[in-house]
Amino acid sequence: MRHVLVVGYGMAGARLAEEVRRRDPDGARVALTVVGEERHPAYNRVLLSGVLGGSLRTDSVRLQDPSWPARHHVDLRAGSVTGVDRAARRVTLTDGSTVDYDVLVLATGSRPWLPPVEGLVVDGGLAPGAVAFRTLDDCAAILAASRPGAPVAVLGGGLLGLEAARGLAHRGNLVTVVHPVGHLMERQLDPAAGRVLAATLATLGIETRLGVTAARYLPGDGLKLADGGLVPADLVVVSAGVRPETTLAAAAGITVDGGIVVDDALRTSDPRVHALGDCARHPGTVSGLVQPAWEQAAVLADLLTGTDPAARYRGTPVVTRLKARDVDLAALGEVHTDVDDADAEVLCLQDAARGRYAKLVLREERVTGAIVLGAPDAAAAITQLYDRGAPAPADRLALLLGRAGSGQPASPVDLPASATICRCNTVTKRALVTAWRSGARSAADLATSTRATTGCGGCRDAVGVIATWLADTDPTR
Amino acid sequence: MPVDTHCPYCALQCGMRLTGTTVAPREFPTSRGGLCQKGWTAAAVLDSPGRLTTPLVRTGGELRPASWGTALDTVARRVRALQDTHGRDAVAVFGGGGLTNEKAYLLGKFARVALGTARIDYNGRFCMSSAAAASTRAFGLDRGLPFPVSDLAGAGAVLLAGANPAETMPPFTQHLAGAELVVVDPRRTPTAEAATLHLQPAPGTDLALALGVLHAVVADGHLDKAYVAERTTGFDDAWRIAAAWWPERVERVTGVAAADQRRAAALLAEAGSAYVLTARGTEQHAGGTDTVGAWINLALALGLPGRLGSGFGCLTGQGNGQGGREHGQKADQLPGYRRLDDPAARAHVAGVWGVDPDSLPGPGPSAAELLDSDARALLVFGSNPVVSAPDAGRVTGWLAGLGLLVVADVVLSETARHADVVLPVTQWAEEDGTLTNLEGRILLRRKAVDPPAEVRTDLDVLAGLAVRLGQPAARFPADAEAVFDELRRASAGGPADYAGVTYDRLRAGEALHWPVPRVDHPGTPRLFLDSFAHPDGRARFAPVDHSGPAEAPDDEFPLVVTTGRVLAHYQSGAQTRLVPELASAVPSCFVEVHPDTAARVGLADGDSALVSSRRGSVVARVRAVASMRPDVVFLPFHFAGEGRANLLTNPALDPVSGMPEFKVCAGRLSPVEVR
Repeated sequence: MRHVLVVGYGMAGARLAEEVRRRDPDGARVALTVVGEERHPAYNRVLLSGVLGGSLRTDSVRLQDPSWPARHHVDLRAGSVTGVDRAARRVTLTDGSTVDYDVLVLATGSRPWLPPVEGLVVDGGLAPGAVAFRTLDDCAAILAASRPGAPVAVLGGGLLGLEAARGLAHRGNLVTVVHPVGHLMERQLDPAAGRVLAATLATLGIETRLGVTAARYLPGDGLKLADGGLVPADLVVVSAGVRPETTLAAAAGITVDGGIVVDDALRTSDPRVHALGDCARHPGTVSGLVQPAWEQAAVLADLLTGTDPAARYRGTPVVTRLKARDVDLAALGEVHTDVDDADAEVLCLQDAARGRYAKLVLREERVTGAIVLGAPDAAAAITQLYDRGAPAPADRLALLLGRAGSGQPASPVDLPASATICRCNTVTKRALVTAWRSGARSAADLATSTRATTGCGGCRDAVGVIATWLADTDPTR
Repeated sequence: MPVDTHCPYCALQCGMRLTGTTVAPREFPTSRGGLCQKGWTAAAVLDSPGRLTTPLVRTGGELRPASWGTALDTVARRVRALQDTHGRDAVAVFGGGGLTNEKAYLLGKFARVALGTARIDYNGRFCMSSAAAASTRAFGLDRGLPFPVSDLAGAGAVLLAGANPAETMPPFTQHLAGAELVVVDPRRTPTAEAATLHLQPAPGTDLALALGVLHAVVADGHLDKAYVAERTTGFDDAWRIAAAWWPERVERVTGVAAADQRRAAALLAEAGSAYVLTARGTEQHAGGTDTVGAWINLALALGLPGRLGSGFGCLTGQGNGQGGREHGQKADQLPGYRRLDDPAARAHVAGVWGVDPDSLPGPGPSAAELLDSDARALLVFGSNPVVSAPDAGRVTGWLAGLGLLVVADVVLSETARHADVVLPVTQWAEEDGTLTNLEGRILLRRKAVDPPAEVRTDLDVLAGLAVRLGQPAARFPADAEAVFDELRRASAGGPADYAGVTYDRLRAGEALHWPVPRVDHPGTPRLFLDSFAHPDGRARFAPVDHSGPAEAPDDEFPLVVTTGRVLAHYQSGAQTRLVPELASAVPSCFVEVHPDTAARVGLADGDSALVSSRRGSVVARVRAVASMRPDVVFLPFHFAGEGRANLLTNPALDPVSGMPEFKVCAGRLSPVEVR
């Protein structure tokens, strides 16, 4: 039996353990040891903004119940790994103990990147009153430090920063987002979409300071900006991006290039060492998202258990969804393509007053990029076309607008003669007209002679309208 | 002399009055005086030229008229010969959800006592089995609606998952008039048109959608914590799975906007009185039982089941889809919804039948497995698997390879055309019998007209065959009321207890919902109000996860094919295709497709198209429908010959219920030259 040692018990590591045990429930093929650093059982980081917003309790975001590892033959060790001896295939833990492995899996995740703001970092950690938004403990710290009504600054106008901002605003904090780039979520949005998003956030009470960096953190006061302005804040939430956690891999001599480099089998430069999730760098994959990590876990579990030795991870198309109450935003693929681009078909609709912005980029009939803000059902349809590489409908505007584009139903008077009025009894408008001409003179007569309205009765109004119209236009009366 | 009866078709069993062969609607709580076109024209099958009026026996390769004596002797002789050579399981029985309780009961008894075969199942396996399995798992008992249909009239919100009652049981929708409707359907059906909110998932992703809505219920603060704590078990494990399906992730799999999932959760939670109802669209999957389990989880999280004015239920399809799954024509079941593998149940029923419990065979294969088994003979009652079974081309081949195929039916169905012996039997208005409607209410349908001279009741046929197979005549009564009285005793003490139901009480118009354990018992319109039917009285959350359809689209078969029904036809269409008014309303198979998808292969509205899957091809008329998902085509399954939609469908089975995957397979669309 092979011994697989997983370093990291976050979303990637815990998922890998589950996927392995789904394929090898009794541990007949793979013995599994997982080393976890955080004091909490593995939890779902995606739901942290729900915890921040108050809709989810801490124990609702746990990925597994506490007895899961024991019940599934997973040896879970608390602590962190201090070193890897690849030659001996052995790791050393903080408490000095060692664990041998046949296969090592690095799922060490990422750590927040701290921008160079004077006073923000003290003794290698965040200064008092400043907290990252990354872990359950961060959440608890934010919740403890942010009284409703208190001003909070969020450093970073990316996806996570905005989700934190929305959660805090929902709790009643006065939130200001400070973002060094000229528009929000610049990786996922074009400038115009960023402007509409900022306007939408403003209506929810979230202020934004764009194109300016924070120069100095003044605990208790707030942030001094490079342009001289001051953002008052009792609490500063730092959400300026993350960096893959590669310290352990690098120290072990494994190839690192902005992340632990892996191939389609999730193998690092040492074939006995795999990596997945935020710490890994796979060509064609943007790190920092859950979906790739989970897809990688499934592939790696296929390989480790021998379920499918041909399993390979080929990358995940990235769809960014902002999970924030009352803000519906999806962005995918090439978002910066200009409307005048000669090689692409680009549609763009801007309705800032109503918080709507929709941009669609197509090449060879396929969706290759989109930004959809404030049109939730259009976002869903476009995402599916993008994911499946399916040709887009010819009616591009309907696609871009979603349900908003569908019109009001016509009056039965305006329907063609062949239109079915009573579905239950297959009665067309023509049949009603014919019945009228044969002597039916009221809705009740029409019902008797055609059976319209005698099923579910849903067409009673329509038959009434048609009867009135027939009476009004009847030349014999 | 007018006779008050019920429509022969679906489980709503609309009230009708029959005067000769003239139909008129009448007031009844389920149908409220409504009838759809099928009901209005139901009497046309009574005197249709397509009606079977004499037994047929295949001689010289042709089905030729024969006497009853010849027909029954032939069947008995060949059954015996095959069983002598190949064992008792060489003969299999296939029943139907349209059979009366009496017929279903006697058919099960006939199989297990007269034939001694374990191989009996019925077309309800293709219909109600996933909902039945999930309800039994969650509540300890399965009754389609555990409350009267009329309770729905007070609902503030109703979620319909894979149900299209505006076409399949139109008068039912009257009960939904006051509710905010949330309709889950890959197509914009007439039911979806009428909805407050239409959720349009990719076929085969309903389970993910249910998880997303459950996630929204919890994350948005709608969880009924007190109810979950007091009346259920298993929430934590179910939530652990749903927690990983946040609405945005579900959106990517289903195509249903995250905002709409949250809105659905809010509509149900804030309605005050809400119901979650499922039907075939969400059930007919290889993961159908788990999918229904996911909808039940949602209902439980909202605190709906077992409370007055709210609940969970499934909309039963066939006329006696409820009673048909209770009285022993199911592979694993004995009368009274008892389990065939329960020694106490076997002893009780064997006692009523006057046989040794050990002589009863054990559980047999489910319908689709039975139609793929090494059986040498098949006796079919009230079913048309050539049209209605999945992968119908293969099933047809299997039937052709049998040593003996016997079909008892009203009309010469497509299956009957393949038979060695065809037995003409009575239908609805020509016989007495009971049915159990979608709300578990037992209805008496009384004889209104005389059948053609050479037509017998199924009960007669079974009695005649049983005697020829050596059974004492007294063990197989042919009188409906006598059979029912025996059914009452056999069901007594079982989950579906009919002991207190009598023809006299039904004739007097009593509304009796099972269980009715005694003749002085008023029946049980509402189940679970005090406790659920598990030993601890609690409902069970099911820890279910989404895994997706058995067959995904690929380059060769890039579309998703889904199948279903239209208003004008019923089931395999064997009856309704004979009714001129219905046949002209929808004369042949069609394929609903997005106009762009059609245009991409050179097809337009009205063209003749070839729809293909790995298993076969169907010719269908194109209906270009702009509301279709571009990746999905839909075909109704009511048609025969080259219009048989089930030539395409995937026979992958649900591991719990044995339900085939009718609702999703990979397919392709192409033009066909007009021949």
